[in-house]
Amino acid sequence: MTKRLHRFKGGVDLDYHKAESAGVPIRSAPLPPRLIVPLRQNARSVAHGIVTAGEHVLKGQRIGEAEGVLGTAVHAPTSGTVIEVTEHPMAHPSGLDTHCVVIEPDGDERWVALEPLDHRSIDRQSALNRLREAGVVGLGGAAFPSHVKLGSGTGVDTVVINGAECEPWITCDDRLMRERADQILAGAAILSDLIGAKRVLVGIEDNKPEAIAAMRAAAAAQAAPIEIVAIPTVYPAGGEKQLIRVLTGIEIPHGRLGTDFGVQCFNVGTAAAVHRAFALGEPLVSRIVTLAGNVERPGNYEVLIGTPVASLLELAEPRADTDRYILGGPMMGFALPDLSVPVIKGTNCVLSASPTLFPRSKPPLPCIRCGECARACPAELQPFELYWFAHSRNFGKAQEYHLFDCIECGCCSYVCPSHIPLVDYYRYAKSEIWARERETRAADGARERFEFRNFRQEREKAEKAAKLAAKAAETKAKLAQTETAPAPAPTEAAPQSEDDAKRALIAAALERAKQQKAAAKPKNTEDLSAATLAEIAEIEARRKALGLSEGDAGDVRPALPTLPGPTTAATPPAPPGGDPEPLAREDRP
Amino acid sequence: MLTALLIMAAIALVLGAALGFASIRFKVVGDPLVEKIDAILPQTQCGQCGYPGCKPYAQAIANGEADINQCPPGGEEGIRKLADLLGREFKPLSEEFGVEKPKAVARIDEQTCIGCTLCIQACPVDAIVGAAKQMHTVVEPLCTGCELCVAPCPVDCITMEPVAETVETWKWKYPVIEIRKRA
Repeated sequence: MTKRLHRFKGGVDLDYHKAESAGVPIRSAPLPPRLIVPLRQNARSVAHGIVTAGEHVLKGQRIGEAEGVLGTAVHAPTSGTVIEVTEHPMAHPSGLDTHCVVIEPDGDERWVALEPLDHRSIDRQSALNRLREAGVVGLGGAAFPSHVKLGSGTGVDTVVINGAECEPWITCDDRLMRERADQILAGAAILSDLIGAKRVLVGIEDNKPEAIAAMRAAAAAQAAPIEIVAIPTVYPAGGEKQLIRVLTGIEIPHGRLGTDFGVQCFNVGTAAAVHRAFALGEPLVSRIVTLAGNVERPGNYEVLIGTPVASLLELAEPRADTDRYILGGPMMGFALPDLSVPVIKGTNCVLSASPTLFPRSKPPLPCIRCGECARACPAELQPFELYWFAHSRNFGKAQEYHLFDCIECGCCSYVCPSHIPLVDYYRYAKSEIWARERETRAADGARERFEFRNFRQEREKAEKAAKLAAKAAETKAKLAQTETAPAPAPTEAAPQSEDDAKRALIAAALERAKQQKAAAKPKNTEDLSAATLAEIAEIEARRKALGLSEGDAGDVRPALPTLPGPTTAATPPAPPGGDPEPLAREDRP
Repeated sequence: MLTALLIMAAIALVLGAALGFASIRFKVVGDPLVEKIDAILPQTQCGQCGYPGCKPYAQAIANGEADINQCPPGGEEGIRKLADLLGREFKPLSEEFGVEKPKAVARIDEQTCIGCTLCIQACPVDAIVGAAKQMHTVVEPLCTGCELCVAPCPVDCITMEPVAETVETWKWKYPVIEIRKRA
């Protein structure tokens, strides 16, 4: 079987140091005294915690519900008691705190009731839900949820299983392929079924002959069309786009994904986790972690998620001159800010570094534009250009030069004769651009809400004015009905009717006030003594004598002026019963 | 001579008609410069510049009534961008209008809040929820940190809390090269 392989541009040849840790079988790491399980498994999503302090949990019991599109569930890695739900530093270059569930193991390792499930017996969506509920994410490092990667289930004909493991020192995938090849292949078959692919390609770098042999032996026993391909060892052959290029020859352009070309890529560890989620019903609660570097006993361990790195390092016995610890490989990993951080699903290696093994980079010199970085870049970018733009904070230009196609593999920094920490500049530029995008989005939202608020205030004002006008009009109409308004003269209709209405309103208000006054009885005239009543009667008599009594003086109105006859043809005659005053005044010549 | 005059007159008429048509056909609605300036401003709507919101300030800059260094939330970077856009010289933030501060959001002490709704009315971006005589609270992701709600509170229960960095908002730092000291 000879398969024509392709080559990606660039890449570097490294000293791989695989032999140190690859020779020893995977061992189980002992239970640490405390497990710190972060509810956040990557930078994008946080699970919603559903346990409280004091609760007893079983191994595999769900402690965090999946939230959002990119969310996956989080499970208790062992049986024990929840000590607290607290903030704890996370395995992230920032070393910032995140929500964690702290569990004290009881040592029984008692599982919850597991329900194995055949993915063929249920529909596709339920199968994807199963992966989401089992907390299966990519174990290659990015911890991207697998159910999201399986996507719509159409348009993908090739599943690539990534067993390249191109970073130096790391051997967790190597050991996994040697020891659990059947699990990986079973998982690959499930992934292939769920995504609707016709073939499965497993790419393994040719510096792992034992893994290739084990996988080939397992593949021969399987009926599924799975092909094991040995690929040349060049860093970074394990990059997604690079591996797809090597295996299929498809070159994925800027801004596109493998799925646009019918290829999807999964890590070997992910495939094994998918198999366990279905065949055993086990959620993802442990992973293989390589302990290597400046240590006495390098090797691979099956580690529960949440195991603090410090207790893991005890197993490998770091040498005395170790000055820092790197999470991930020497090319792409980052120095741990704190050893109390727990292992998460994306942790593949803890590397002990010493000044002799990993010398501190020399002070950088100016860029001499030699172009070595451009020759080494596997993403076919121009790293020196990106460096200048990032260095001068010219982020727009950096994006024009496709900064976001950079996979941060570190080849450019590795070959740079001036020892410039190029990747650090790209990471800086990327996070600045993301921060700006967040700010722009927030500003756009604020602008929208501010404008809407102004619009709303204007609208409320207009509505209030309209309401008042409507009320006034209503009163007018009412008055027009009760008092038969005078028919206005055609020529002077508008001003006359307006005046009329005002007068009518005043008259009506006066009338109301009078009625109220009449209706209101003075209350101090009840239960009076005979003497007081006599006094009142006397006063009333005096008032009457003076002609001041109510009903006499108050109701006397001056006689209405007699209207003259119509003086002009345009003036209509005064209607009977109406208030004649305005008409009388206006009709006077 | 007459022919020449006629030709020139005809050309003038044709060109005049073309220009007249273009001025109607390609008329620019609104002032694009105001939009561009507004896009640079941080939309805090705090009014520290002396105008009631970012858009009016943008309008004032475009009209030449306001200077470009009156926006404390936009800070030095905002002034640089405005200077670039308008082809003016950069000038430091005028202290008359305030100083640049780290981003903060308002927090209402819910124990003290009496439910007077004054802060709700003051908030320019509708980021405070609550009702009369009910507890009020700030919707943190919507708060721009303009501080306009702080002053109207009759019981002084609103404080400005600096926004803490999270794993999502953390940024890689600009590479700083350690130069070893020589003995």
